[in-house]
Amino acid sequence: MADSEAASTSHTLQLTVEFGGGMELLFSNIPSHSITIPRFYDPARLSSPAPPTAPTPPTGTPVDIRFLIWWLREYLLVDKARPELFSQGETIRPGILILINSTDWELEGELEYRVQEGDEVVFISTLHGG
Amino acid sequence: MAPCALCPASSPSRAILRRPKTLQPVCKACFFLVFETEIHHAIMGSGQAETGAKGKGKELFRRGERVAIGASGGKDSTVLAHIMTLLNERYDYGLDLCLLSIDEGISGYRDASLDTVKRNAEQYGLPLKILSYHELYGGWTMDRVVGEIGKKGNCTYCGVFRRQALDRGAHLLTVDHVVTGHNADDVAETVLMNVLRGDIARLERCTAITTGADLPPLEEDGLDALPRTIKRSKPFKYTYEKEIVMYAYFKKLDYHSTECIYSPTAYRGHARALVKDLESVRPSAIVDIIYSGEAMAASLKLLGRNAGGIDEAVDKGVTIKQRAVQKTCVRCGSLTSQDLCQACVLLESLNLGVAKIGLEKAPSVVSI
Repeated sequence: MADSEAASTSHTLQLTVEFGGGMELLFSNIPSHSITIPRFYDPARLSSPAPPTAPTPPTGTPVDIRFLIWWLREYLLVDKARPELFSQGETIRPGILILINSTDWELEGELEYRVQEGDEVVFISTLHGG
Repeated sequence: MAPCALCPASSPSRAILRRPKTLQPVCKACFFLVFETEIHHAIMGSGQAETGAKGKGKELFRRGERVAIGASGGKDSTVLAHIMTLLNERYDYGLDLCLLSIDEGISGYRDASLDTVKRNAEQYGLPLKILSYHELYGGWTMDRVVGEIGKKGNCTYCGVFRRQALDRGAHLLTVDHVVTGHNADDVAETVLMNVLRGDIARLERCTAITTGADLPPLEEDGLDALPRTIKRSKPFKYTYEKEIVMYAYFKKLDYHSTECIYSPTAYRGHARALVKDLESVRPSAIVDIIYSGEAMAASLKLLGRNAGGIDEAVDKGVTIKQRAVQKTCVRCGSLTSQDLCQACVLLESLNLGVAKIGLEKAPSVVSI
């Protein structure tokens, strides 16, 4: 689970996740979260039911945005009955923009971007009235 | 690092955004400039389907025109207020701008966003007028309408009432031009909706960047009659929603962002989901759909074509329903294709208590 006090270890890394455009409502109405996630993961496990806490293997595939979306949906999203408000399959719901360190995720490799220590990932929803 | 495609090739800055319209990576400064300049071009008439004498589109505004910006406090209207103020100064349009906001009476949604509009009015130094459904429509706020008719068809009421409210607000502010923040995504959704529902009359009008400019004022105007020539324009017609949000984000423009509580049941949601999925596969789909919509509108105007124009149908002895012609409401004077405008018809049905009985299409005219 989100644990802002845990320091990064060789098996985990810390980053900041922000929600805007109304999306914060899906995440306890908190716009900014400091989270600790594993450094590596096993892609095959993403389609199985998520365990109570994310496993932190010492090796494996370096975590990427694909993993981050899964992690946020499984461990930070409040209303687990409506995941489709956040993600569509393994990717983000169309209409939600992602910025990685203030840069369009489309320029950073989208789902393939490898998350680094201290990254700031911003999710902005465009799905509301103008 | 992706270099900006619009910076000088010798020293490009780091790109922060990939433009959906062109797939070009652009840096912050170039993004702001191209975003603002493209809207300026849309206002000046380039890239529009409607062409004037020189094959160029008509300019949206005249010098000295009083223009009301339809403001809801949301992302599109906040950026619109910012852009109109900026471009008016930068290119010296000479426009007299003000903000016009409509309170539909949806608690938990509209009350919060109106605070944002008030802040916008202060930030851009624009006069602000707020009109409410409550005062305009005899106490029929949207909350009350939904209480009466439920959640199917309520968007129809809201849309009809809002359009007329904008006209009345424009009349009170003595403006003859209202601009709204409808963006490219909105127009693409509308085109798709009208195709899916076979709404030819709307399909003809929905891609026009300006509507309402064609009807001349009547000679016998009563004092209370509404002017018939309130134009409505969408300067953001070719502007992607993604870019509007990114512009607001990087410029740190503050806007209100909540979904209308009644929107989950709206038909437009389906069109929006489709447009968003198409955009993720091929971002140019949005302007492509608008282009198709413009082409369809143009072909619909030509009667007698093989696609089933009126002359051909008459030749074959088929009775064809005449497409609606615009006239004015006998009660309040607004633009309509019937004797009573839709707002008056809907109000009538609400006040008589017959609205909840059934609402498949617009109710037929109730005799007064």
